[in-house]
Amino acid sequence: MSTAHESTGIKSWLTTVDHKRIGILYGASAFVFFLIGGLEALMIRWQLHAPEQTFLSPDKYNQLFTMHGTTMIFLGIMPLSAMFFNYMIPLQIGARDVAFPRLNAFSYWTFLLGGLLLNASFLFNAAPNAGWFGYANLTSKQYSPGLNTDFWVAGLQILGVASLAAAVNFTVTILNLRASGMKMLRLPVFTWMSLITQILLLLSFPIITVALIMLMYDRFFGTSFFSPGGGGDPLLWQHLFWLFGHPEVYILILPAFGIISEILPVFSRKPLFGYTAMVFSGCFIAFLGFGVWSHHMFAVGMGPVADTVFSLMTMLIAVPTGVKIFNWIGTVWGGSLQMKTPMYFALGFIAMFIIGGLSGVMHSVAPADLQQTDSYFVVAHFHYVMFGGSIFSLVAGGYYWWPKMFGRVLDETLGKVHFWMMLIGFNLTFFPMHFLGLNGMPRRVYTYAAGLGFETDNLIATIGAFTIASSFAVFLWNVIKTSRRPADAPADPWNGATLEWSIPSPPQHFNFAELPTVDSRDAWWAAKRKMGGFAPEPKHYPEDAVHMPNPSWWPLVTASGILIFFIGLILGVVVPVMLLGGAVLLTGIYRWAFEPAFS
Amino acid sequence: MNVLKSAWRRPTRFAWVALPALLLVAVAACTGDSATYPQSTLIPKGDFAEMVDKLFMTTVWWALAVFILVEGVLIYAIWKFRGRPGDAEPSQIHGNTALEIVWTIIPAAILAFIAVPTVRTIWRTSEDPGRDALVVEVIGHQWWFEFRYPEYGIVTANELRVPLNRKVDLRLTTKDVIHSFWVPQFAGKRDMIARHTNHFWFSAADTGIYSGQCAEFCGMQHGRMGFHVVSTDSAGFAAWVTAQKTPMVDSTMARDTLYQAGKTAFMAAGCIGCHAMTGQPTANLVDLQGPNLSHVGLRHHLVAGMLQNNDEDLARWLRDPQAVKVGSAMKLPRPLTEGEITALVHYLRSHR
Repeated sequence: MSTAHESTGIKSWLTTVDHKRIGILYGASAFVFFLIGGLEALMIRWQLHAPEQTFLSPDKYNQLFTMHGTTMIFLGIMPLSAMFFNYMIPLQIGARDVAFPRLNAFSYWTFLLGGLLLNASFLFNAAPNAGWFGYANLTSKQYSPGLNTDFWVAGLQILGVASLAAAVNFTVTILNLRASGMKMLRLPVFTWMSLITQILLLLSFPIITVALIMLMYDRFFGTSFFSPGGGGDPLLWQHLFWLFGHPEVYILILPAFGIISEILPVFSRKPLFGYTAMVFSGCFIAFLGFGVWSHHMFAVGMGPVADTVFSLMTMLIAVPTGVKIFNWIGTVWGGSLQMKTPMYFALGFIAMFIIGGLSGVMHSVAPADLQQTDSYFVVAHFHYVMFGGSIFSLVAGGYYWWPKMFGRVLDETLGKVHFWMMLIGFNLTFFPMHFLGLNGMPRRVYTYAAGLGFETDNLIATIGAFTIASSFAVFLWNVIKTSRRPADAPADPWNGATLEWSIPSPPQHFNFAELPTVDSRDAWWAAKRKMGGFAPEPKHYPEDAVHMPNPSWWPLVTASGILIFFIGLILGVVVPVMLLGGAVLLTGIYRWAFEPAFS
Repeated sequence: MNVLKSAWRRPTRFAWVALPALLLVAVAACTGDSATYPQSTLIPKGDFAEMVDKLFMTTVWWALAVFILVEGVLIYAIWKFRGRPGDAEPSQIHGNTALEIVWTIIPAAILAFIAVPTVRTIWRTSEDPGRDALVVEVIGHQWWFEFRYPEYGIVTANELRVPLNRKVDLRLTTKDVIHSFWVPQFAGKRDMIARHTNHFWFSAADTGIYSGQCAEFCGMQHGRMGFHVVSTDSAGFAAWVTAQKTPMVDSTMARDTLYQAGKTAFMAAGCIGCHAMTGQPTANLVDLQGPNLSHVGLRHHLVAGMLQNNDEDLARWLRDPQAVKVGSAMKLPRPLTEGEITALVHYLRSHR
């Protein structure tokens, strides 16, 4: 029996291999984690709103700032990007699914279980508390004897598996499943930036995986890779971590660049300015991203030669980044701007990202960075990049693609209220942090003494944080309000340029009843032009028109095996539990391998 | 409905203007004095920090110029090209090679103006402080700073004394996890890493008490790992050295019964297990777990900058250190009696 019909119900979601459903699962899970990370931020800000507060104990504070960073990076921004990879890449390249649908489901379940494991640590009052960067030798058993760091090591290992599997999947998908005629330099820029992101993931996640395995051995089996007592060197961790960590920054921001490069042309009604330059500047940024890791380590004392090299390499990144910003402005220039909510957020992204870029150049100046690093100045900087950049862009993408994913256009008025509250709240929160840092407030402190001049800026930042939170309440209200309306969004509400707008909203299970052919960039604009500037609503085909892969339990089972294995490790190397995990994992893989993908 | 729409449009435009204005006000607001911002990097009091500040201000002016220009063009474009109903399709420009080359070269040129002084300052701040410098070994502990002066055989904690206008040659390391030495008004940060001896220097251009803090996350009480640098003229420094080198003459205190009670309590209550102290059997021991308390009465602060050096604060600390700074290695072998606390406070603070 063909299963082209998508059934509903919990079982159908647990076994789905449809990239669109997996995209929605990624989005929903990541948004919940994002709200948890936001709640952690609010507690941090409440503790710091005035000096000498005791709302949080020192250890609780350390758990919260560690989990805030870990959550926002690995469970918030990355999977929110993954939502769009999943949902949009096959649609943008004119494919019916990703290359390996069951592997895709496996990535999602592994991510979800890893995220749940990390957060389960709160139930044991043992959330990771050594920072998202987990510097050795603080993470050694000697200085962190609790379960906290074990949860962190296990959680990140699991998330790494999810990311790597997804990276393989999307790389293959983009390279092999492109519609006929969609040459590499005709790819939508979001897909291009996603491809670069996957390659960065493929190259950088093995580094953190190796580092985490070394740390795991230090903690569980008495090796001394990072502990000076046994002849190890804590600095080795920093090099490995940032060799992963800096490309990770581009893993977080390149998809955002892609989203912005989709939205600006559509709402300016003209093509992206300098497409080729945009693609190659993205490649160049990613390439340079592997050569600048030590700019996170100027205070380490690497000597003037290394400081000079890493300063200059870092400055160099400003050039392709500047090219991107100018090309975005070039896209807007001469257009006819349709000021819809996605456009507000996209323009807000440019405005805020410029600030983050400029403070980034300040950090590249090694001697000045000796003052700024590990101070609130750097907190301000990376939030202008991660929030002003990535989050603004992901929200823009949310408003932009919402009708495609859910068949409903989000409310414009509420969307603009969301935008202004978020923009103002964001600047209130993070702009004063520049001054806090320059005035000498270090990061990661659970409180501060009165009389250092930190009071006013901290209070403003706290007010801003609650403003941001309220802006997301408006967003949630928008989602609820919109979901009560009929799902009657047209296939192409914004006059889109790319193929996802050529099929119904939401798309049918098989996306394209007939696979499209492409003969230029902005394929859907070109097609509409041929049709006289306007396309009729696409017709719905019978749901069994195309055979699609069977649903499968085995990705979820396989992912559970990994979870059980690591639970056994956290419990203190309980071998039977680890063996059980291994058995579940192997069973999952075996049954998966011999399960017919089609029936 | 129309009224609502136009009212909505006005604050929208207002905000696009108000936001940059707000930023400029904020920039203006950050210029303050040393009393308001005693830990500010923007009020340098030493040559290292001055070089860094000058370099930083160079980047600030460039950044401000680029910020105003680019944000200005962006806001202008948003206003100028706002769509109106019935607009024709704008001309479909795909790019402009000449323009793109220009805006690749201009940022590169600006960066060159920043890169040259950057590299120069990197090398200048990495220079050897020279033989005349005052060598101080800085050792990090969870969560306090130890300072050793090999030249004078002095070991002290949480308060670094330096003479005016003489280079201080810091040799930094740690007993446990990574810490980072940071006195913003004198210099940037330098990490303290086990099995590494890091080098750093500064010289104080002004007398006074300057606050610093550990700048690398080092565990539970990272937020309470502060210290102070006290810079005095060379005569003041010499006097301090003499005081540190002079053992407390017990005979002058022979009739001070409270002092004698404190001295006894120091041993009886087990303080001696962790603390070196002049006049006690531990006077010359190094590498004990706790800070060296010799001449602690001369210090301005206690408990890594957290408490004032006065009777009340010290008594509070001795009564229940874990209540003051949870997680601290200061764990009393047994609770002290109020009598012992009074005696210990007097005994410790007499050592000047």
